[in-house]
Amino acid sequence: MAFVIAPEAPLAGWLEALRAQMLRSPGFFDARPVIVDLAAVNAGTEGIATLIADIEACGISVIDVENVRDIPGADPWKRRLVGGREGGTVEIKESAPVVPPPPPPPQFRMIEELVRSGQAVRFPQGDVTVLGAVSSGAEVLAGGSIHIYGALRGRAIAGALGFARARIFCRRLEAELVSIDGFYKTSEDMDPALRGKPVQIWLEAGRIMMAAQDLAAGRI
Amino acid sequence: MAKVVVVTSGKGGVGKTTSTAAIGAALAQSGDKVVVVDFDVGLRNLDLVMGAERRVVFDLINVIQGDAKLHQALIRDKRLENLSILPASQTRDKDALTSEGVANVIAELKEKFDWVLCDSPAGIERGPALAMHHADIAIVVTNPEVSSVRDSDRIIGLLDSKTARAMRGERVEKHLLLTRYDPARAARGDMLKVEDVLEILSIPLLGIIPESQEVLRASNIGVPVTLNAPETSPARAYQDAVRRLRGESVDIVVPQERRSFVDRLFGRRVA
Repeated sequence: MAFVIAPEAPLAGWLEALRAQMLRSPGFFDARPVIVDLAAVNAGTEGIATLIADIEACGISVIDVENVRDIPGADPWKRRLVGGREGGTVEIKESAPVVPPPPPPPQFRMIEELVRSGQAVRFPQGDVTVLGAVSSGAEVLAGGSIHIYGALRGRAIAGALGFARARIFCRRLEAELVSIDGFYKTSEDMDPALRGKPVQIWLEAGRIMMAAQDLAAGRI
Repeated sequence: MAKVVVVTSGKGGVGKTTSTAAIGAALAQSGDKVVVVDFDVGLRNLDLVMGAERRVVFDLINVIQGDAKLHQALIRDKRLENLSILPASQTRDKDALTSEGVANVIAELKEKFDWVLCDSPAGIERGPALAMHHADIAIVVTNPEVSSVRDSDRIIGLLDSKTARAMRGERVEKHLLLTRYDPARAARGDMLKVEDVLEILSIPLLGIIPESQEVLRASNIGVPVTLNAPETSPARAYQDAVRRLRGESVDIVVPQERRSFVDRLFGRRVA
């Protein structure tokens, strides 16, 4: 089945309406053959010479032109298809313009104060950032990484649902326990030299690794 | 407008009751109408520390359960007529406290007094929760040692989440009262430093009360230290704390070890 479109004078306005329609219903004419019926225009209509090219420029593939008569520029199209049968008029459905959906907002949780003893922050969906300290007896659990801008005195559990690339950062390490992807280390097993230092914690081949961050030198 | 103050700590034995009595007396000395309320149902002590134990007829639970009117249960202090105590029941337990009953008592006390000081029991269960529930201000009593600091941290978290103010989206004004501060131990470094405690708890400091025999003596004879020995260093520290509580700006003095002339001469230190 092919669609028939019938240009009307003035052509500039008609083309404008066609372009607007294309914008409202993008994809409607995709891969559909279109026949242009010139019955309503004639050789004297302004812009007739470039009409077919203009229609094609809208992204419509024209397979035939009907009622060419003596219209210049349309000659090459003359009677290429024969024996077509007329169908009904087709209403172009206006689909909502295809705007790509906005990307989902990044998943993270921001705690702007300190996490006190007995409090627990649990966020399995992503990263957790704590601007204050995490007290002794407090717990922060994240599906992703954990960033603590104060002292870490309680527990930090990163990659809680199984994510080995999660990391833990803190400004001052005094943690009771740190854990990544189920592997953990208690205070007793931590290098005493790292105590009180800004520290980065990550997982390497199933081992919890810890290193001081030299914040002043910008080195980690 | 009456202010409801809870004296709380989480941990027991840090000096809540002693501090409630001393601060209540110091507030009353400046002319305000003050009531101290013992919330430690089943383990009442405030009446002893205030020297009112022989005059207790009705108590908080009687008032809550409608067995007595509030004015029947209030005991007026013998030394300061604008200071009253509402004792706890010794024979009941904390389940006898209902939140509605406590709300009614606090509302009635707010009409009669300028300051309602609630002496919280230790712990984090029903008793302490009800004692802090209506507080506008919290005095967090902490000793300079790790277990006390951690428990205080826990209590501050509850003050920020479980009180009536927190539930309304407001804040309870919180102050740290560091008690039993021992200058000799501080000098030796076997006690948490003031700045370490402040760093961990992150609330403003109301005062530092030195460890002192005077505090113990005052408790034993049932007179708040601010009345019994107003010129001693713990009493002065409590008086300064009360001035800060009223919004005055008073410099904090960290108690120093007083070494005798002989000690200094020989450079001797207490082992």
